[in-house]
Amino acid sequence: MAAAGEAIAAPAGAGLSAPRSQVIAFAAMLALIGLGPFLLYPVFLMKVLCFALFASAFNLLIGFVGLLSFGHAAYFGMGSYVSAHAAKVWGLTPELAILAGAAVAAALGTAFGWLAIRRSGIYFAMITLALAQMVFFFCLQAPFTGGEDGIQAMPRGHLLGLVALADDMTLYWVVAAIFLAGFLFLYRVVHSPFGQVLKAIRENERRAVSLGYRVDDYKLIAFVLSATLSGVAGGTKAIVFQLATLTDVNWPMSGEAVLMALVGGIGTIFGPPVGALVIITMQNELAQLGAWVTVVQGAIFVACVLAFRRGIVGEIQALIGRPL
Amino acid sequence: MDTILGIPAVALYGQLVLGLINGSFYALLSLGLAVIFGMMNVINFTHGAQFMMGAFVAWMLLAWAGLGYWWALFLAPLIVGATGVVIERLMIARLYRLDHLYGLLLTFGLALIIEGVFRNAFGSSGLPYRIPAELRGATDLGFMFLPNYRAWVIVASVVVCLATWFVIERTKLGAYLRAATERPELVQAFGVNVPRMITLTYGFGVALAAFAGVLAAPIYSVNPNMGSSLIIVVFAVVVIGGMGSIAGSIVTGFGLGLIEGLTKVFWPEASNTVIFVIMAIVLLLRPAGLFGRA
Repeated sequence: MAAAGEAIAAPAGAGLSAPRSQVIAFAAMLALIGLGPFLLYPVFLMKVLCFALFASAFNLLIGFVGLLSFGHAAYFGMGSYVSAHAAKVWGLTPELAILAGAAVAAALGTAFGWLAIRRSGIYFAMITLALAQMVFFFCLQAPFTGGEDGIQAMPRGHLLGLVALADDMTLYWVVAAIFLAGFLFLYRVVHSPFGQVLKAIRENERRAVSLGYRVDDYKLIAFVLSATLSGVAGGTKAIVFQLATLTDVNWPMSGEAVLMALVGGIGTIFGPPVGALVIITMQNELAQLGAWVTVVQGAIFVACVLAFRRGIVGEIQALIGRPL
Repeated sequence: MDTILGIPAVALYGQLVLGLINGSFYALLSLGLAVIFGMMNVINFTHGAQFMMGAFVAWMLLAWAGLGYWWALFLAPLIVGATGVVIERLMIARLYRLDHLYGLLLTFGLALIIEGVFRNAFGSSGLPYRIPAELRGATDLGFMFLPNYRAWVIVASVVVCLATWFVIERTKLGAYLRAATERPELVQAFGVNVPRMITLTYGFGVALAAFAGVLAAPIYSVNPNMGSSLIIVVFAVVVIGGMGSIAGSIVTGFGLGLIEGLTKVFWPEASNTVIFVIMAIVLLLRPAGLFGRA
């Protein structure tokens, strides 16, 4: 599935350091993150960063293991709900609240991943979707989620109990740090020996088995990592908007992760954040059109699948012939 | 009043009938998915939207053309099936050489478009569709009153499912179809137009979904979201049954509908999730599905 952009390997002799194309792209991204809040509304940028992390986490599975999860809303939404509950009811500081959300997402990812990796391909997608729908119904009925109302007016609190996050600019730097930490972690995972095995599984699972790799273990670890980071993204989103609702855990949210990765470029490092920026911007611009946003998103899906399978970053990568 | 395990018998029978009704829709939809998947290796995410389109076309035929339920039962599957043929020719046909996941993503995008368009045109609140005059009222079975329309839905879907099974498993056309599923190149070499067969198969699967939509129109209100939650349950049904067998998807559909109905009686809170839990258990014990081939 991810083979679109994969003809391009890192240049030989690149050694331990990252290819220059990626270093430049990363510098550009850092500059954008640093300058962004002075040019644009910080809350909008924080939303982009949360979804950039979410889409990057999703991309770890589809882009580097070849597993299409259609149920990532479950981890994003549970991260969001648990963080909101932890901050509002238990009074935890924001970083602990996000960690609590991430821990629950990790546990959920372990259970669901363990079930879902028994099948692959289309069945894997259907299973993850069905399991996520189960989480949705749980959240609809469980008392702590507040049902249709969600958890509202959760406090942003004080980072480490010291720094007040009520101010958007202060919170922005925290969210940016969380995104960058998650992004660099994913980069490290993908480019580690572990990540090489993941790619081997994607390219030829039987061969990876015959070489002696315990493929299911690798898949499960990748699944749990992806779910955990989705939980971090969800928890961070809850802190930014002081809100956790059923939207976070419903199936269209899973579709958004897929769409962002697809638009940006599945299997590229910088694709999902670019896709998140594009899709969130579009949602913002078209917000007054109501239900037409869904139609536009559907049309983008169709257009990408039919004519633009490499995505934005995938196309640039093919153009310059260097990995991004 | 009679009770069974502490539950009033009438309530139990009522829920069992409702379970069978839901089971009818699961069976019709998973059957359509299985037929399409067998032929094209594509999971048709648009199936729920096409079910919804069936109900809307029935409503439009009545409101705009004055054509009643029986016409709709015949025309709506034809019309929606024809849109399916167009979709297959224009878009899905371009993806057969690619990874099958692209087919899933494409049909997901199409489902978003269709549902969004209907939501813009008709709102989300839902439109009423009356039960046809011939099927109003209820029959006294001695132990319960069975609404005639519900009985009709169950009978109609059983008949359509069995007819589909018969055509695929017992006729020459079905033999071609099954052969093309296994070895398309070989069947093509024998002079069968396989691409056209694939197109018509997709149209037929879509028509089944639309037929289920017309059956559902008088029971649920006709609204743009009626398909999207249903299709996810149907995916779970398909995982439980495995898509290898036509009879398997029919049996699984009705069986899971019944189990869901029973759950509604004995443990209402779990009725939304019971099918997903069963899916998890089946994955543990028999990953290929009850009727699937590993």
